[in-house]
Amino acid sequence: MFSSFMVDSWIAATIVAIVAGAVGFFVVLRRSGFAAHALPQGAFAGAAGASLLGVNILFGLGLFAVIGAVGVGWLSRRGRRDVVVALLLVLLLGVGAFFLSFSSESATQIFALLFGDILSITEMELVAMAIVSAIALLALTALYRPLIYTTTLPEVSESRGVKPHLFETAFLLVVALGTTVTIPVVGTFLMFALMVAPAAAARSFVSRPFRALGVSIALALVIAWESLALSYLTNWPVGFFVGIGGVVIYILSQLCGNQLFHLRKPAIPAS
Amino acid sequence: MNIRAQVKKVSWIIEPGFFSNSSVTTALVIGGVVAISSAVTGLFTVLGRQAFAGEALGDVGAVGGSGAYLVNINPLWGFLTVAIGSAGIIGALGSRRSSDRDVSTGIVLSGALGVAALFLYLDATHAHVSGTSMTVLFGSLFVISNTLVWVVIGFSAAVLVLMMLFFQMLLLVSLNIELAQVRGIPVRLLSVGYLVAVGVCVALSALSVGAVLSTALLIGPPASALRISKSPRGAAFLSACIGVFSVWLGILLSYDSASWPPLGHGWPVSSLIVAIIFVVYLATGLGQRRRNIRYNSARIGVLSESVR
Repeated sequence: MFSSFMVDSWIAATIVAIVAGAVGFFVVLRRSGFAAHALPQGAFAGAAGASLLGVNILFGLGLFAVIGAVGVGWLSRRGRRDVVVALLLVLLLGVGAFFLSFSSESATQIFALLFGDILSITEMELVAMAIVSAIALLALTALYRPLIYTTTLPEVSESRGVKPHLFETAFLLVVALGTTVTIPVVGTFLMFALMVAPAAAARSFVSRPFRALGVSIALALVIAWESLALSYLTNWPVGFFVGIGGVVIYILSQLCGNQLFHLRKPAIPAS
Repeated sequence: MNIRAQVKKVSWIIEPGFFSNSSVTTALVIGGVVAISSAVTGLFTVLGRQAFAGEALGDVGAVGGSGAYLVNINPLWGFLTVAIGSAGIIGALGSRRSSDRDVSTGIVLSGALGVAALFLYLDATHAHVSGTSMTVLFGSLFVISNTLVWVVIGFSAAVLVLMMLFFQMLLLVSLNIELAQVRGIPVRLLSVGYLVAVGVCVALSALSVGAVLSTALLIGPPASALRISKSPRGAAFLSACIGVFSVWLGILLSYDSASWPPLGHGWPVSSLIVAIIFVVYLATGLGQRRRNIRYNSARIGVLSESVR
């Protein structure tokens, strides 16, 4: 499991978890769960297109994730946000299905794209991932204050001249960057699990934003490493362990977190 | 509407053999029926801002579809069982604040997609069924067996009748839940029942356009119709029309596309349907600002009408 060819996979899992944990914290805070679900799935179309043209799939993923982010930001000014996200999501997925129907990708490769294939990460991809992750994390650091501000005190920040739409689009672009990095590893469908579950769980342990961010990243690391190890041992898709791991951690956090916070409340007698 | 006369006029658009092909006829019937029930049901999903829940139910259905291949039953039953079951669970967990709904929907969705990944993997490795990922996720309208036609029509009709019976109540619940409670409508029961109906709809559309694209039929037509229509019943009717139009045009274009480049390779029908729905949505949004005012006043009109 820790042999030399697995080193790249461990590094990849670590990078992915840090980015997903950090971005996910803001996704949960801003209740952008739907957008975070939609962008990776939309980016799948890019990957399918890239493999059709024979270019590196990271380019396709990045391009379509950015198209999705800008599209959501732009269209939701004109229509209802959840409707726009839903329709853009299915449109991009439809485009993806279209590309796939023309490509000669084998069923295994398609499956890897949808549900992740952490064991086949190459060194080139690793470098690209590290660079994009660094950009995403830097952007998050720059956006940290305004994002929290516009989320928790929307009226105040608006009256001070902060443009919420601008930050929304900027944030979606960061989600898009994070998406690009994570998809080759955990797949289009489960990338969302790695973003939402750790951050949602972190909320019930700590209330201060900066600490919650840290806990979120830590939990994402736990899920990513656990999934990689189990996937290696069982040969089952890594996405399965990410999805289930996320659910387990969330349920545990609800049970333990609530107990920590409500210790002083009298327990309801079971009768 | 005299279809035959129109067919003659535009016969150069329609490739020969379109109406005599049995898999096309099955696709037209199933696609049309599913489009109507989804479009009417989706009206309340859009009004109640539950697009994410609808999308989640569709994706969760993928578990059923992929699981069905493992135990070797028709995927329709898999889609139906899982979608209805999870609709019940989400409904039972409900009555939470809407701020929590985002997260809880997301968690349910994550777990379900994880299981779907495993099932699809097992389909390929143990059950030796190839191509399930594509069929389950993106549908295959042209290869539905026509024994299912009556099952699909039966479920769709049942959903449609229920929507018509409870139209006014559902409208009030999705627009103003507090008011509905005050007026003594059994909100909880109605919401759970409604989610089950959505579950049935997405399961049926999962059969035609695939699990992950079923949201298109649920959200697209109602959202477009609500931008044009003033009255809720008019919107329901218009939504059904848009749904049927998109699906049938998609089927037609997909059939014709065999003679488009690249030659000999038909374009996937699901992609075409989704693209048409998106174009219709964009088209109805032109001049949005003016209509937006009308839409808001329509909502107020609906409310006061229901209160009376």
